[in-house]
Amino acid sequence: MPVYNQSRSRIIQVIFILVFLLIILQLLNLQIFSTEYKLQAENNAVYRKVIYPDRGVVYDRHGKAILENTIMWDLMVTPSEIKGTDTTALCAILGIDTAGFHKRILTAIIKNSRYKPSIFEPLITDEVYARLNESMYKFPGFNIVERPVRSYPFHGAACVLGYLGEVDSNFLKRHAGEGYEQGDYAGMTGLERGYEKVLMGQRGVKRFIRDNKNRIQGAYNNGTYDTAAIAGRNLYSSMDIDLQLLAEKLLQHKIGSVVAINPKTGGILVMATAPSYDPTMLTGAQRRKNFGKLILDTARPLLNRAIKGQYPPGSTYKPLSALIALDEGIITPSYGYPCAGAYYSCGRPVKCTEHWQGHSKNLRTAIAYSCNSYFSNVFRMIVDNPAYHNPRIGYLHWKQYMNAFGYGIDLKTDLPGEDDGNIPDTSGYNRDFGGPRWNSCNIVTLGIGQDRMLATPLQIANAMCIIANKGYYYTPHFVDSIENETITDTQFVGKYRIKHVPLEHISDSSFNTVQLGMHDVAVFGTARAVKIDGIDICAKTGTAQNPHGKDHSLFVAFAPMQNPKIAICVVVENAGFGATWAAPIASLIMEKYFKDTLSAASVANVERISNADLIPPPIKQWYFKQDSIKLLKQSQKINPDAAPVFQNNLETTKPVQYDPEAEPNHKDNGDTSLIKNKQDLQKPEEKKNPKPKKP
Amino acid sequence: MSRSYSKSVSKGVDWLTVVLYTALVCIGILCIFMVEYNPATFTPSSFFQGTTNYSKQILFTGICIVVATFIILSDSKLYPAFANLMYVFGIILMLSVFVIGKNINGSKSWIPLGGGFNLQPAELCKIFTALALAKFLSQLNMDFSKLQSQVIAGVITLLPALISILQNETGLALVYMSFFIVMYREGLPGIILIIGFSFGALVVATLVVEKNTLAVILTLIAGLLVFVFRRQIFVRKRWNVLVLITSVWFVCVGIQRFAVPYIFNNVFECYQSQRIYSAVGKDYDCSQNKHALKSEAAGKSPGKPDDYNVRQSKIAIGSGGFLGKGFLKGTQTRGKYVPEQHTDFIFTSLGEAFGFVGSFIFLAIYFLLLFRIVLIAERQRSAFSRVYAYSVASILFFHIVVNVCMTVGLFPVIGIPLPLVSYGGSSLLTFTILIFILIRLDADRQMVLR
Repeated sequence: MPVYNQSRSRIIQVIFILVFLLIILQLLNLQIFSTEYKLQAENNAVYRKVIYPDRGVVYDRHGKAILENTIMWDLMVTPSEIKGTDTTALCAILGIDTAGFHKRILTAIIKNSRYKPSIFEPLITDEVYARLNESMYKFPGFNIVERPVRSYPFHGAACVLGYLGEVDSNFLKRHAGEGYEQGDYAGMTGLERGYEKVLMGQRGVKRFIRDNKNRIQGAYNNGTYDTAAIAGRNLYSSMDIDLQLLAEKLLQHKIGSVVAINPKTGGILVMATAPSYDPTMLTGAQRRKNFGKLILDTARPLLNRAIKGQYPPGSTYKPLSALIALDEGIITPSYGYPCAGAYYSCGRPVKCTEHWQGHSKNLRTAIAYSCNSYFSNVFRMIVDNPAYHNPRIGYLHWKQYMNAFGYGIDLKTDLPGEDDGNIPDTSGYNRDFGGPRWNSCNIVTLGIGQDRMLATPLQIANAMCIIANKGYYYTPHFVDSIENETITDTQFVGKYRIKHVPLEHISDSSFNTVQLGMHDVAVFGTARAVKIDGIDICAKTGTAQNPHGKDHSLFVAFAPMQNPKIAICVVVENAGFGATWAAPIASLIMEKYFKDTLSAASVANVERISNADLIPPPIKQWYFKQDSIKLLKQSQKINPDAAPVFQNNLETTKPVQYDPEAEPNHKDNGDTSLIKNKQDLQKPEEKKNPKPKKP
Repeated sequence: MSRSYSKSVSKGVDWLTVVLYTALVCIGILCIFMVEYNPATFTPSSFFQGTTNYSKQILFTGICIVVATFIILSDSKLYPAFANLMYVFGIILMLSVFVIGKNINGSKSWIPLGGGFNLQPAELCKIFTALALAKFLSQLNMDFSKLQSQVIAGVITLLPALISILQNETGLALVYMSFFIVMYREGLPGIILIIGFSFGALVVATLVVEKNTLAVILTLIAGLLVFVFRRQIFVRKRWNVLVLITSVWFVCVGIQRFAVPYIFNNVFECYQSQRIYSAVGKDYDCSQNKHALKSEAAGKSPGKPDDYNVRQSKIAIGSGGFLGKGFLKGTQTRGKYVPEQHTDFIFTSLGEAFGFVGSFIFLAIYFLLLFRIVLIAERQRSAFSRVYAYSVASILFFHIVVNVCMTVGLFPVIGIPLPLVSYGGSSLLTFTILIFILIRLDADRQMVLR
């Protein structure tokens, strides 16, 4: 056998080996060193379906569900798979045009990439759902996904319950690793936000294998990686929905707030704010439109005034002043001050509503008749307390007391976004008076709850709880307990079960004196109209001056005196005396609370109050303007030829002198966050009607 | 007598090759089963009903066993004797396709056999060409260093390739290039392979490197060569070296600047250009392609071809990882993401299910088979058997390498099957015959065949 060209055999073998090595190297590269292919294969073939659990239900104190779930549908689109979709038919069903269709597809691609499903039309109505469902076969790439949405059986307590919103990229960044995805809904305000973690439950994920035509081929890995959805847990709140609805009805056509707390537990019975909105507006298909409308409304219906509205407490502060003075030993219950209609000791007189001699002969009557002179004097005595030698130190002691009463501090209730109110620090006065040169006379109106003192209705109601309880309080809250409570839930409800005793040192006799004075208020004093059979009510009216318009009408009360079961604070903006509007509102709510039903006279009273329109004129003017602008736009749309005439008419006849920004319901208090917030809200409105501002 | 006869039948048969062959065929059926498996419709009886691809492949395997047995039982002298005749028969069969042929997937290269079965003569012709080449090169007075015999050998191999191209089966035509490995073994000057390789490298470089940069690089290389050979050229005055370097440089730049773009834009179809471009990781602009422009002018929009096949194939193999997703658990396979997965892309199902380990073992089996055949080739006494064995090794090698490289994205997509594994009767039968003729010849390796 000739060994012919043997060396070439070796070369061929070497070539074989080299080429096979090359293939092995590429296999190493593909299968072991790069991870992208695993991911891509999963993107290709594994269809991840998120199973949304039902959110938790919120019950009121009688076990009525005030926040429930119902089913709605989202139309989802996967842009890479819409080839062959009957666009015209789809547009016809949804009532959009082709340009809009393409725009939405583009948005979906930008938002969520071409290969992932995005929401095309959220929360479609039943009718559209029915029409879509029967022709879904025409729309490859589209599918309908069930989504539980919130429902509000009582259409009330909007600001307390809050609303759900679609999460944005910022939210996702902040809550990375908590299982949120683009397109999810999460609680944005109110209890929905505060208890988001409890209410949301646990999302389930089901994985399916799909083929190249996007057809489901069965469970991925026999469902090994699937997780079951766990429903959100229910909340049992202290709210009384009947009282809440009554309060909301009474606040109709007004701007203001009602807060009622059970002093024994700190559970909030009522937290109404006005103007408000029907919470169902922010679910369903019209959600976006309604939200825009609400956020542009100058009366700010989305604002929860019970925790974010900051008002000078006015005379409702006086009982606190009395307690501080008694505890400091500055006055005794029998201390009197001769008032003849005003307090003259500080230059500019502080007016008092009562002129007759003897209305301030002792503490009880001074509280009953709300004597401004008396409490101006008491406040000065507290600040100028000889024990501290310096009004600044005396003032700081007073401030300590006030903070103990919950004024000027965050109460840490279970609604997010609570405001602190304001008990000014000495630094502010030092700045304004050019150093520590100010004295008790400069700040004397603090003694009647004015000056820079600001408090939220919740804080005012909470201070009433302290007086009612004679020194202690529980942090006001809504949620008493959580379904299947575990040890980890103490972060939510644990803090509401701690008894706070910041003012234990004030003697019971001091409290008794003040309570008797407040009882007198309701018997023969400023609020003698407030009467409920068989209940001893302790009350205090307040009429707070503010720079923006008519006085705010305030009223605080607790009842019964011996065994307090409710403490209430009512604020009606720009409504005049406390006794005129705020007091009857509180009275009706308390009557309903104690008697469960209202007497015939009271029912008539409810109608009378709820029909009273106390919206300040500038805001009405704003609404009027909004309507005319809308009208103008519509007219331009309908008939462009006739429009100029109409426009001229409108421009000349409009007596616009009001600055839409002059929002009389809000006292500008120098709180920067509030101002910033306000500007944000005002911006779109400024853009809309820049004209009226020029003249 | 009969006892000694039966002994002589199995005597000399290379059982290792038979075992490797059997293993590969079994793996093939398994892979086809994986591709087609659907838990919703699967019943054990579907293995034998002849409706599914894997049951058909089992049927083909049965036919192949019969054919293999016949070959083993046949006489070795038969093959050199009938080699030329069979080659002529094969060419006639291939030409007959133009008359009675059937169009499948755009290539008119099939003869319908009835019953849903079709025969691809170009496949079978590989055997005949291998035999004819062996016959030619094993002639007693053969001197392969002569140009005349090199040209004749070239014609023998390139004639079926040419017919294949006319049938629109570019992939099969390329397979005939593998015979150059055989010719190299038998004495074809190595320079031809080197030139071929250099040409390939130049084409790839043209696609990858920017046009002007490559021209500069080529010029620099030429300048460097002139510098290296400066003593020879300028001192010894051997100008022909300079002329050679200059002309090679000229040809290279010509290819790079004009020939390659011309071929891609005017000769190849748009999808072919795209496949080659995507193998080097680039995108081809179809608006330059003459064919694409023509069909566009005719009102047909062919749609932009992309590298979907290769992408999905790489995803399937890449997602297998080290140990693979497991038998029947491949998501790419279950979801039918890889087109032509039961034929040309069969390797992806294996790569996905059994990962790197599985692929490695699988390639090792092929590698073992190839080396076994080379070993067999080198132990032959007769040149006929040796040349034939190298032909088998080369054809197998070419098929395996091009097919696997195509699935892992190292080579443009060319429709050639993976030997013994891909679904398809013609292909399976061809490789069975190729290998069993070799085994038959090897059994008589002590005999000198002419």
